[in-house]
Amino acid sequence: MTYIPHSPKEREAMLATVGVKTMDELFKDIPAKHRFPKLDLPPALSEMEAAAELAGYAGANATTQSFVSFLGAGVYNHYIPAAVDHILRRGEFYTAYTPYQPEISQGTLQAIFEYQSLMANLTGMEVSNASHYDGATAVAEAANMAYAQFRGKRTKLVISPTVNPQYRATLRTYTQGMGLTLEGDDPNANLDAGPGALEGMIDENTALVIVQYPDYFGRIYDFNQLADKAHAAGALFCVAANPTALAILKTPAEMGADIVVGEGQPLGIPLSFGGPYLGFFTTQKRFIHKMAGRLVGETVDSRGQRAYVLTLTAREQHIKRERATSNICSNQGLLALAAATYLSLLGQTGFRQVAELCYQKAHYAAEKINKVKGYSLCFDTPFFHEFSVCCPKPVHEINDHLLEHGIIGGYDLGQDYPALKDHMLIAVTEMNSREEIDLLVDVLEEASHD
Amino acid sequence: MTENIYDKTGGSIVEPTIFELSSPGRTGITFPATDVPNTSLPQSLLRKELPLPELAEVDVIRHYMHLSKFNYSVDGGYYPLGSCTMKYNPKINEDTARLPGFTFTHPLQPIESVQGNMALLFTMQEWLKEISGFAAISLQPAAGAHGELTGVLIMRAYHESRKDSKRIKMLIPDSAHGTNPASSGMVGLQIVQIPSDPNGNIDLAALKAECDETVVGLMLTNPNTLGLFDEHLEEVVKTIHGCGGLMYGDGANLNALLGILRPADVGIDVMHFNLHKTFSTPHGGGGPGSGPVGVTAALSDFLPAPIVDIVDEGDDEVPPLYGFVTPEKSIGRVKSFHGHFGVIVRAFTYIAMHGPDGLRKISEYAVLNANYLQARLRSTFHIPYDRICMHEFVAEGMVAGSDVRALDIAKRLMDYDFHPPTNYFPMIVHEALMIEPTETENKDTLDAFSEALIKIAAEAKTNPELLHEAPHKTLFGRMDEVKAARELVLCCWLPEDYANL
Amino acid sequence: MNVPSNLKYTKTDEWFDPSSGAMGLTDYAQTQLSDIVFVEILLSVGTVIKPGMAAASVESVKAAAEIYAAVSGKVSMVNEALAEKPETLNSDPYGAGWMVKIQNADASGLMDAAAYEKYCEERSH
Repeated sequence: MTYIPHSPKEREAMLATVGVKTMDELFKDIPAKHRFPKLDLPPALSEMEAAAELAGYAGANATTQSFVSFLGAGVYNHYIPAAVDHILRRGEFYTAYTPYQPEISQGTLQAIFEYQSLMANLTGMEVSNASHYDGATAVAEAANMAYAQFRGKRTKLVISPTVNPQYRATLRTYTQGMGLTLEGDDPNANLDAGPGALEGMIDENTALVIVQYPDYFGRIYDFNQLADKAHAAGALFCVAANPTALAILKTPAEMGADIVVGEGQPLGIPLSFGGPYLGFFTTQKRFIHKMAGRLVGETVDSRGQRAYVLTLTAREQHIKRERATSNICSNQGLLALAAATYLSLLGQTGFRQVAELCYQKAHYAAEKINKVKGYSLCFDTPFFHEFSVCCPKPVHEINDHLLEHGIIGGYDLGQDYPALKDHMLIAVTEMNSREEIDLLVDVLEEASHD
Repeated sequence: MTENIYDKTGGSIVEPTIFELSSPGRTGITFPATDVPNTSLPQSLLRKELPLPELAEVDVIRHYMHLSKFNYSVDGGYYPLGSCTMKYNPKINEDTARLPGFTFTHPLQPIESVQGNMALLFTMQEWLKEISGFAAISLQPAAGAHGELTGVLIMRAYHESRKDSKRIKMLIPDSAHGTNPASSGMVGLQIVQIPSDPNGNIDLAALKAECDETVVGLMLTNPNTLGLFDEHLEEVVKTIHGCGGLMYGDGANLNALLGILRPADVGIDVMHFNLHKTFSTPHGGGGPGSGPVGVTAALSDFLPAPIVDIVDEGDDEVPPLYGFVTPEKSIGRVKSFHGHFGVIVRAFTYIAMHGPDGLRKISEYAVLNANYLQARLRSTFHIPYDRICMHEFVAEGMVAGSDVRALDIAKRLMDYDFHPPTNYFPMIVHEALMIEPTETENKDTLDAFSEALIKIAAEAKTNPELLHEAPHKTLFGRMDEVKAARELVLCCWLPEDYANL
Repeated sequence: MNVPSNLKYTKTDEWFDPSSGAMGLTDYAQTQLSDIVFVEILLSVGTVIKPGMAAASVESVKAAAEIYAAVSGKVSMVNEALAEKPETLNSDPYGAGWMVKIQNADASGLMDAAAYEKYCEERSH
């Protein structure tokens, strides 16, 4: 089935207007020997058949609905209020284009302005952009911004090894052509040394210091001292933060962050096997000219009405071209809308509630697991909703056992950190009932035996 | 209507912000009480206030419904935006992408537990290979620009692997989209601009003069941003390959080539796809997109990691097992996880429903629609490169005997309930209006659009002020962009917080 | 178009005043850019400059431009006020819109007012 509306008669009339006899004549510029290839693809399906085919693929998966899940490691199983998707399914929002014509895009523009405001308020920073692709690329863009801020004169980035491995990998890829050195990016480093371990790496050549909050292992640290050290050396300080944690924890702004980025998926965005997600990027006003990404500003229209418009667009690729801080064009507009509606629906009270439930349930789970023979909590640092468990057997064996009992277990940290074999990263959210946690504890106990 | 007590701009409010609608004590979504024993929160780690709004669900829904009414959208009307391919977004795609079997899967689940997803991703890789002729595909990049960055990194890595370290320049046509030089700039390459010839092709002589062993390659959009298929494509490719460079294909204009030409067949070495253009996934008001990258066999080792492959062949009884693999000389990861899965499901559904014949039909009608509009408009607006176009064409937005420009024409089109075409791009045409109808617009719409433009051209002569002040019929008029940039107001806060600012 | 006769000019639209050592952006350039919203001066006091070195970055509502050193010499003053009021480049490009002052400047190779005016006319096609 296609979505092409033309009748044969209309096609003929149009060909005549163009002045050709057949469709093929329209393609005379295409090199003849390669023209009109036969594509070896399955024949077309009707909508009904396609629906059944896709249901087949979807049906061949275990899900966090049909199974109990304790898997996090960067993206989390949170409850998405029904109203979020109802708003996202409005054709006026999801089939709209980028708001380059502000007169007829005020819906998108005001929604993004509100998203910017919500994120700035959440992180404690002064401004937010309209989004990056995900948390990993948001960190890479923070590096881009710091590099541009110092006009390429500072070429070192200091990053904690306890930042999400995928963020560090993305940063390595992005900085390939920039002549930058990364220090601290070592999975074999002492992972229990705290933020102080980075202090010795900061010098006059450092553009940016990057940490995660809570860190990849779920741990909460105070970064005040590290931020001071960074600033004393003239460097910028970036925190990659979990947005749910920010509902109750001190903001990175209070610790001296210049840039706060992160993965916005926990804010009303489904897990959806890896994306699309949402990279949020917030910073202080004095850095915005070096910041990448779209920015919505408030103004007035010709009729004296308050309105919104993409602003400081001369920073972007379509004007600065090779001198732009970044090449970003399409971002994650609809997901920013999802985050804004999520935060609006939950508000101060609801969002705090979610964070507290995550905290309570995770601590309950941790305490119970710690009491099971063979298992122990690997670190004793305060944590939010994720914690690392040292297991009596390889994690994948335990996870196989859990899967047989309808449980998706935590993440095998040994995959990213050689010293952390048999370490499992367990996440607990408001979606996990006490019964489910008790079941996890029981099955973990069982798994340690056979 | 809320009194504008803290608004700096002084404008009258049409729809208050979510912060202005907030009322202390209102609750929206709440959650069940905790079912586990209490662990006290460590006070020294906590923030004091959470300055988020407080609204009931009905307030939130109404607010976003009001905002939605301010938007033009494909579901509401026609967007002749050149280079964006604003085709109709099929509704079945929205349903398939939302199947709980997809949305409730975590990207780090054991692969045995997500073989449905893995099979879909593998099949999508295979389908994109078949459509384009490339040997290998990465579905990881999140958007076209992201795919471009990936492609440029691959080209650079390829040359480095052959110890060919003199190559530091990227050749880019003057008609290129800004993301092309921006992506090359991000990788530290020098940009060398190649002019277009009077017929809208790449200037071959200029290209040959620049092609040497310091060149990484050429970033080519073909058909180009003038909507024209390069008449010397074979010679262009031969020249670049001849000096050891690689051909990058910007796939933004692939809507003209489905079932018509496979880019790999004509010598493109690496190309990005835009699923949100060619493959109908919705634009979302600025994303999400998806920018898969295809490469020839020689470059497949450099693709970003991970890609999907068969890790266990299986047999008659057991289906193959799909898993993630890292290409041998991978440039690394360009984002977290493995791509915009939700967007890929939409594109997958689209390709499945069209099949090979349907895909070719898309390009045939996309090109027919563009040529039809060009034919209807050429006597009203000058078309500088006037030959059979592909899926888009560029006209000069000027009217003889009037000072009206592309911007005014664009704004006046809104009064006729059309979204304006792309304007002021490509930069090589004066007052450019880039028009791409796509294949999903019917003849009546195209006729109405042509008639509107013809009327506007007449208005330009009889009543230019009408155009200078346009739009008139929309709820909002032209914006004071200077005020927006000079008096930056990028955020709003709860009313009680303004005292603290 | 305003082209003061006492100044010297470059092909990249910078002006230079041999008597005061001041340098800036011409009236032609600010008209092309239109409303300027951001200026970043890349030189600091004491920097030794050569013609063609990047001197400043300017952004308007719709465009961006790089400003280059018009002469060789040493930077003696930088106009800090421009960062706060970039629109000065539009309203007073030859007066309050000066960007840097240069001492020991070598202004050979610059166009005079008549040559620059002719150059601008030729470009406007």
